[in-house]
Amino acid sequence: MASPGEASVDETHVGKKKKLPARYWQELQEEERKDENKVKSDGEQSKEALQQEEDKTQKAKKRKQDQSPSDGEKVKPEKSDPFPGPAPIPEDRLQKFKRKDKLKKPHRKQHKLRDIIARSEDASEMAQKQAARFDLLLPEEAGFLEGDEDEDTCMISQEDIAEAVDITSGAKYFNLKLSQFGPYRLDYSKTGRHLLLGGRRGHVACIDWASKQLMCEINVMESVNDVKWLHTEAMYAVAQKKWLYIYDSNGIELHCIRKFNDVLRMQFLPYHFLLATASATSFLQYLDVSVGKEVAAICTKTGRLDVMCQNPHNAIIHLGHANGTVTLWSPNQKEALVKMLCHQGGVRSVAVDKTGTYMVTSGMDKKLKVYDVRTFKPLKSYFLPAGAACLSLSQRGLLSAATGDVVQVYKDVCSMPVTKPYMAHRLRGTVWGLHFCPFEDVLGVGHGDGFTSMLVPGAGEPNFDGLDANPYRSAKQRQEWEVKALMEKIQPDLISLDPTELAQVDQATWEQRHQDRVEVLGFDPLAKEKFVPKYKKKGRSSAGAIERRKKQVAHEEQRDVIRKSVEDKMKMEKERKERERKKAALSTQKSALDRFKK
Amino acid sequence: TFTWLKTFCSRPPNETADTGLPAELMLMVMQPGGPGIPQCNARSPTLFTINTWLVCSLLANIFVAIIFPFCKRVPLRYQMKVKVIARNPDDYVRETKLDIQRVPRNYDPSLHPFEVSREYTRALNATKLERVFAKPFVASLDGHRDGVNCMAKHAKSLSTLLSGSCDGEVKVWNLSKHECVRTLQAHEGFVRGMVVRYCGTSFFTVGDDKTIKQWKMESPGYGEEEEPINTILGKTVYTGLDHHQNDPVFATCGQQVDIWDEQRSSPIRSFTWGVDSFSSVHFNPVETELLASCASDRSIVLYDMRESTPLKKVIMTMRSNTLSWNPMEAYYFTCANEDYNLYTYDMRYLAKPITVHMDHVSAVLDVDYAPTGKEFVSASFDKTIRIFAKDGGHSREVYHTKRMQHVICIKWSADNKYILSGSDEMNIRLWKANAAEKLGVLAPREREAANYSQKLKEKFQHHPQIRRIARHRHLPKTIYHQTKELRVMKEARRRKYANVRKHSKPGSVPVVSEKEKHVVTVVK
Repeated sequence: MASPGEASVDETHVGKKKKLPARYWQELQEEERKDENKVKSDGEQSKEALQQEEDKTQKAKKRKQDQSPSDGEKVKPEKSDPFPGPAPIPEDRLQKFKRKDKLKKPHRKQHKLRDIIARSEDASEMAQKQAARFDLLLPEEAGFLEGDEDEDTCMISQEDIAEAVDITSGAKYFNLKLSQFGPYRLDYSKTGRHLLLGGRRGHVACIDWASKQLMCEINVMESVNDVKWLHTEAMYAVAQKKWLYIYDSNGIELHCIRKFNDVLRMQFLPYHFLLATASATSFLQYLDVSVGKEVAAICTKTGRLDVMCQNPHNAIIHLGHANGTVTLWSPNQKEALVKMLCHQGGVRSVAVDKTGTYMVTSGMDKKLKVYDVRTFKPLKSYFLPAGAACLSLSQRGLLSAATGDVVQVYKDVCSMPVTKPYMAHRLRGTVWGLHFCPFEDVLGVGHGDGFTSMLVPGAGEPNFDGLDANPYRSAKQRQEWEVKALMEKIQPDLISLDPTELAQVDQATWEQRHQDRVEVLGFDPLAKEKFVPKYKKKGRSSAGAIERRKKQVAHEEQRDVIRKSVEDKMKMEKERKERERKKAALSTQKSALDRFKK
Repeated sequence: TFTWLKTFCSRPPNETADTGLPAELMLMVMQPGGPGIPQCNARSPTLFTINTWLVCSLLANIFVAIIFPFCKRVPLRYQMKVKVIARNPDDYVRETKLDIQRVPRNYDPSLHPFEVSREYTRALNATKLERVFAKPFVASLDGHRDGVNCMAKHAKSLSTLLSGSCDGEVKVWNLSKHECVRTLQAHEGFVRGMVVRYCGTSFFTVGDDKTIKQWKMESPGYGEEEEPINTILGKTVYTGLDHHQNDPVFATCGQQVDIWDEQRSSPIRSFTWGVDSFSSVHFNPVETELLASCASDRSIVLYDMRESTPLKKVIMTMRSNTLSWNPMEAYYFTCANEDYNLYTYDMRYLAKPITVHMDHVSAVLDVDYAPTGKEFVSASFDKTIRIFAKDGGHSREVYHTKRMQHVICIKWSADNKYILSGSDEMNIRLWKANAAEKLGVLAPREREAANYSQKLKEKFQHHPQIRRIARHRHLPKTIYHQTKELRVMKEARRRKYANVRKHSKPGSVPVVSEKEKHVVTVVK
């Protein structure tokens, strides 16, 4: 990069040889240049652009100089802009907002299409750049935890962290001692403000955990298998001993859904308004909570389903089975989309990350494996001496694994080989449920002795989107959001492995399109009509005559083809002969040297 | 001397204001006599500026001097650096009830999953809503005592419309009030043509009584007679009339095409080309000296006013009733043909039309371009009005009512928002050009939402479900059946031609495209 600061220094050779006072940006630019050298390969383009900008400005300057100094006066060099052109955007930040590769330019003949594509690409590029620029203005930064040089972060206790951070953050580390109704499942609402606890022995409580306000607390007098918030914090579903119940935030029973029995695990798909349940009778069922209808009931025929998670990227449900397989399901298909053999023993827990790239599984074989769910290939395999019972992935990709009464948090499990946990914490009882709180550096752990809220710096996404999930929204805003969200509820039939499929060009084959057309019309428009000979009088419609006439038109198309191919063959034969004849003529020609032959 | 580390916490709510970072609690570890600015983290190199550093070191000294002796020894574990997300709620909620709510945005795509499906759903909803709100009919202007035969837009005033009926009556309408402001008996018999002078102060009419009359735009004062400024008595019946864009020249057509100077009582130029009757004549609004006329021998003739002979003509298989020039692209004009189609021609290449616009099921009687030149509207004998894109083979919109009879004349208003149609049953109807558009002033957010949904509809327009909803129109039964019938006939003709080709000597029957089919010849 030709740094503009330097350029101005160079230009001073015309006038006085005085060095310009040092400016803080010059230092910056030097640094930048170093960076540039580092990332030369990928920063090539922006560099070129900058170079061009520079050239332009220099040209402009030249023009100006040509115009003015006719009287031999020495002109002072103008102050050059230290930051010419638009501010450069780091490549990785641009990459973050990139949706698609550029399309191949169509042929010049299709100038209209070319124009449309060029214009839309310009628009999307501008949007991408603006979004990348806006990224700089995000108010919050992610948390982190760093030990001293030779200190492991996993040795740092929760108490120390809570003591070290500010009071409000420190208050996010707390224990709820609930030993009576023992081990607890939990769920955080989509905004991360509300916590739902469900004790095995019937205790259900929802809490505004940040302000420690109890919203409701009931005992359903029945065993509770799982709890789940629905789309807002006004409603939640509880999978009880026999049936599925829905309560509101005051603890009033809204529905008892008897179609859903023996539910063990639940997942809520927030953009589809679907509650997916996995039952002990090996049924996977989908409930549309906006209209209260069962969308699909799939008999998986794989026994008791107590391992379940969703892929937040494409709303596919992952189920883990006792035979070590993980199966992927959508409500549109009665069969599993994918079956993967992941472990030697049974699968104990499954988790999928936010971008839908990685799946982490743990099994009875005490292994923790990472898969790429786009290609279904194993990436990493770790051995945990005790095996992990529960897994949870945070928004920023931290993995928490519960082994007995210890919760371990790993960093970068998916991309790098990990030897040590990032954090570890021992609890009073066996861990029953794990959940990272969205938009907070908090990990909620439900265990035999109640609930623990742990501080895990760097777990949560620091900047939320106010129109999607706003932890600070008012009641009015929530209502508005609910209406909007319901308006754009995605239909369950749009669930597929690739969520961008809808935006791709459907290049159906001709056969496929023809088949669709036949299906729509109810008949085949291109089918050949059967030839029915006309009835002719005076004995010319005798059976023989009819047959003869039929024979005249029979296999007409085929005959055409055959005729054409025969013609072609003849032509080729002719050409070949011609060539041979010429060759022969050439070979028989006597050369001047032939007379010396004996 | 202290050889080991001092630890302290600093809560810099105001101190960090200059760093631009939100107030947060940081635990910092520093060594006395160490480097000047502690590098906290690579992500926030500007966390501590010199000022803060000074404050910090001052605090540290105080701490060391006064508090330290009373503190218990801090365990080594405190040398870590930690930060957790701690948001100040004041940054995220509104200060008072009078403010609007704060909505912080983060455009990270990973926070917005199912982008495509959600957009698709929005597009589907927008398309459905468009159909729900599609109420194009605005008003009906009644008052004529016979069918409306011609209309003219005012050159300067958007809200004024002139209409002439089959009984020789001309009415001037105020469109915003939906009322007739003036009525005059202009001719005996039909008013055949009408045009407003470019200045908007007077207008011309021609009628079946072989006269051309010029009238003042203002109504006569109290006690004054309703009289034309100027009357020219011709030898033959005039069937059409158009005025030059910016010169006091107008053209009439009848047995020949005449160019008149406003000051003279005889034409300054007359054009004939072996034809004895023309149905309409139109000046080109861009190349103002050019004009085109439709003749009864199925031809369209082009003229240059400066020359004494016509330029060229194209003869088609059926007669064109009228034509309209594209106001933005000077070369193009569209003619309304008796064979149910409209044809857009490039003036330079008349051998075949640029586009054939089909959809009407009866003769097309009138056509008028939108001021943007991107669309035009056509009126037909089949009692419907259709809107076509200038390069679209089929109409994007069809308007009809139970009561509307054969539509004789049509105009697209100069503000691109309305369409005016005059029909046989004595009414003038006012339609919206964009059926689902909300009338009146839009709030900025409303406009933004409308633009957004428009873009979404565009993006997903080819998806089968959206296309089906967007294309659905209710049609009167007769038109629906006639459309079907026409399709069958067309298919039969195509099939027959294909069979003829198949059974003839190869090459003897050429393939003729739809565009070429309707042109007989071009004469220069």
